[in-house]
Amino acid sequence: MSLRGIGFLLQCYLVLAAAMYFDLGEQEQKCIIEEIPEDMLVTGYFLLEPWEMNALSHSPHLGVTVTVRDPNHEVVMSKRYGKFAKFTFTSHASGQHYLCFQTNSTRFSVFAGERLKLHLDVQMGEHSVHPVTDKTKDNLETLENSLRHLIDQMIFITRQQEYQREKEEVFRQIGENTNSKVLWWAMVQTSVLLTVGFWQMKRLKDFFIAKKLV
Amino acid sequence: MYGLFRLVLQLLSAQLLCVWVLGSELTFELPDNAKQCFYEDIIIGTKCTLEFQVVTGGHYDVDCRLEDPEGTTLYKEMKKQYDSFTFTAAKNGTYKFCFSNEFSTFTHKTVYFDFQVGDDPPLFPNENRVTALTQMESACVSIHEALKSVIDYQTHFRLREAQGRSRAEDLNTRVAFWSIGEALILLVVSISQVVLLRSFFSDKKTTTTRVGS
Repeated sequence: MSLRGIGFLLQCYLVLAAAMYFDLGEQEQKCIIEEIPEDMLVTGYFLLEPWEMNALSHSPHLGVTVTVRDPNHEVVMSKRYGKFAKFTFTSHASGQHYLCFQTNSTRFSVFAGERLKLHLDVQMGEHSVHPVTDKTKDNLETLENSLRHLIDQMIFITRQQEYQREKEEVFRQIGENTNSKVLWWAMVQTSVLLTVGFWQMKRLKDFFIAKKLV
Repeated sequence: MYGLFRLVLQLLSAQLLCVWVLGSELTFELPDNAKQCFYEDIIIGTKCTLEFQVVTGGHYDVDCRLEDPEGTTLYKEMKKQYDSFTFTAAKNGTYKFCFSNEFSTFTHKTVYFDFQVGDDPPLFPNENRVTALTQMESACVSIHEALKSVIDYQTHFRLREAQGRSRAEDLNTRVAFWSIGEALILLVVSISQVVLLRSFFSDKKTTTTRVGS
């Protein structure tokens, strides 16, 4: 059982090592934004490596602090990991979540400014096609697995659509808000214009009468 | 012994999957005057697609550049709102693509990009394939393809909606800001007009009396 677990992690490591990466400086924080609907399980894999593969001039105590913020900018999860890890979290609110990665190492800051590679892979939902770990010769079981995968995909799509409906509601509210604001402020401005006009005329008339020019 | 053999087999299949399973989509924030680069190792002959869209910020445009391992620019566009670029990797190595917001002085941009490398893993792995797919399996495969395109369309729709909503929010704040500003300006200008006119006439009065005497 543990052999399979190790095998799975090693697979992830290998797949991730060839995945996309971006540069991260020491003590630098970089964030990515993910639109996540409610109650969605999000799995992320990351791998931190030095920029030059053969330059192991610093201590290997590299680590990453992963901070996840929800749409209200409250911290959902903040954990420290080693160089390679898998992190998961479930979203409680729907909206834009911020996944921030910051490197931290136990080295002196004299060597700060060295570049590091951060490989990243974030998956939402449980519907990604994992390699078949059970080498079942039974066609029915493979069919069952595929159907389960299709059902997961459809649930993911339905959740995204519900989330989309919520956001369109917000969009429509903004539009109607703008409309009523335009109307209200136009009326206010017209009334200000009229009031001020009358006031001007009245003051000037009184002024000229007082000065005996009229 | 058998467990070890299975482990080795899994590792080998993972290496094969490296060609397939790489496709990353990310949304990130690009501060003003900043440039953000992403790198990916690609094997020769793989068909790749880079697609990006600016979601929020300013005029919703960004500079994008894609370079191959030797530094030759494969794709370069300035101030684009969204685009899609497909290419086949002609060399082995690390490809680099960068998004730049250096032309903007104070607007942050949120950029979404989707970099697909190779094809998606098939639903039914072909290791034990001796016969053609049964009807059930081919039905599953077509449903899978349809669902993948649904997810793809949904992503595009979501991005467009986010862009529209961002513009609507900007409009909302701008309307409020400028309306209040205009009302204030109106008040200030009209009061100062009256004050100025009064000051003209009081000066003239004193000069006329002085001239008279």
